[in-house]
Amino acid sequence: MRTDDLVNMLATGSAVVTPNAVARRYTAALGMSALGALLLMGLLLGVRHDLGAAIFLPMFWVKLAFVACLAVASWLATLRLSRPGQQLGRVIGALVAPTLAMWVLAVFVLVQANPAQRAPLFFGDTWTVCPLLIALLSAPGFVAVLWAMKGLAPTRLRLAGATAGLSAGAIGALVYCLHCPELGAPFIGVWYLFGILIPTGLGALIGPRLLRW
Amino acid sequence: MKQTGRIDGSEERLRGLLMRGLAGERAAYHEFLRELSAHLRSFLRKRLVRLPDEVEDLVQEALLAVHNQRHTYDPAQPLTAWVYAIAKYKLVDLLRRRQRRDLLTDPLDDETEVLASSYHEAAEARRDVGKLLDQLPDRQRLPIVHVKLEGLSVAETARVTGLSESAVKVGVHRGLKALAKKIRDGL
Repeated sequence: MRTDDLVNMLATGSAVVTPNAVARRYTAALGMSALGALLLMGLLLGVRHDLGAAIFLPMFWVKLAFVACLAVASWLATLRLSRPGQQLGRVIGALVAPTLAMWVLAVFVLVQANPAQRAPLFFGDTWTVCPLLIALLSAPGFVAVLWAMKGLAPTRLRLAGATAGLSAGAIGALVYCLHCPELGAPFIGVWYLFGILIPTGLGALIGPRLLRW
Repeated sequence: MKQTGRIDGSEERLRGLLMRGLAGERAAYHEFLRELSAHLRSFLRKRLVRLPDEVEDLVQEALLAVHNQRHTYDPAQPLTAWVYAIAKYKLVDLLRRRQRRDLLTDPLDDETEVLASSYHEAAEARRDVGKLLDQLPDRQRLPIVHVKLEGLSVAETARVTGLSESAVKVGVHRGLKALAKKIRDGL
C-alpha cells in the first residue's frame, strides 16, 4: 500500500473523537481505584475503631494532606506522561515538596523526642504490615490506571509505568489512612512512602513491555 | 528568522487542519495527513541516513500512530511537540527492534549500508500494509475495508456485513490498532 493510499484510508470514515478522551479515561480509572481500595478495606480491614476521635487530632489531617498532595501530583504526572510531547515540568516539584516537608517534620519530631521514644516513633506498631497493606489496597487502582494508560500514548514507558503505579499507590494510601492507627511523622515519611513505592516500582518494571504502542 | 516564520506557519496551518478534521471535516483531515506525511518523510530521512529503505515504512507507521492516537492531542499544546514526540518514539522503537535483530545477523551490514545511503529516490514502502490488513479477523477487516477503503457509511457497512453499527465502529478502531501492532511485531 502506497503512503497516499494509506492517507486516503485513514482520512475516509470518521476522524471524530470524543472530546476530553484522556480526562474521561482517567476519571473512570480514578473512580475504580478509589472504589476498589474502599471495598478491599471494608472487606479485609475495616476503618479504625477510634476514627471519630482521630479526626480531632491535627496529625491525622497532616497525614491525610501529605498523601492527598502526593495523589494529586502523581495523577497530574500520569496525565501528562500519557500525551506525547508533554513534559513533567513543575509536577516533579509537586511530588518532591510534600515528601521533603514530611521528612523535615519527621526529623524535627525525632530530634525533639527523648532517645527511648525514637524507635517507637519510627517503627510504630505496624511497620511490618503497613507497606504491604497499602500495596494491597492499591492493586485495583494499579490495574485501572495501567488500563487507562494503555489506551493512550505514553512515550517514556518506564517513567509512565512508574507514575501509574505511584497514582495507584497514593490512592491506596489515602484510603488506608482511614484504617491505619499510626500518626508519627517518621512512620508516615518512611513506611507510607515505602508502601506507595511498591506499586511504583512494579509499574516501572512492567511499563516498557505493557504500554508499548 | 525566515526559517522560524515558516515553521510557525506550518504549525498554525496543520493545527488548524487537524482541529477541523477532528471536528468531522473529512477534507481537512485528509489534507492534514497528506501534508504531515511530507513533513514526517523529511524528518525521518534526515535521521535514517543509514537506513533509507526504512524511511517510507516508518512514515506509514508514524501516520498510523498519529491517527490512532489523535485523541491524545491536547489543543492547548503545540502540534509540533506532539508530532515530534510520536515520530521520535516510533523512530527509537524501530532502531531498538533492528538492534535486537541485527545482533543475530552478519556484522558486515555496516559496510553495505554505507553504499545504500547514496540512494536518493523516495522509496516505495517495503512492507505492504494492505497485506497486513488481510490478516486481520473479519470483524475488524470487513469494517475497515467497507468504511475506510470503499467509503461506505457505518450504517451501510452494518447492513452489508450483518454487524451492528457499534460493532462496525469498534471494528474499525480496534482493527487499526491491531494493524499498528502487526507492523510493530512484523519487523
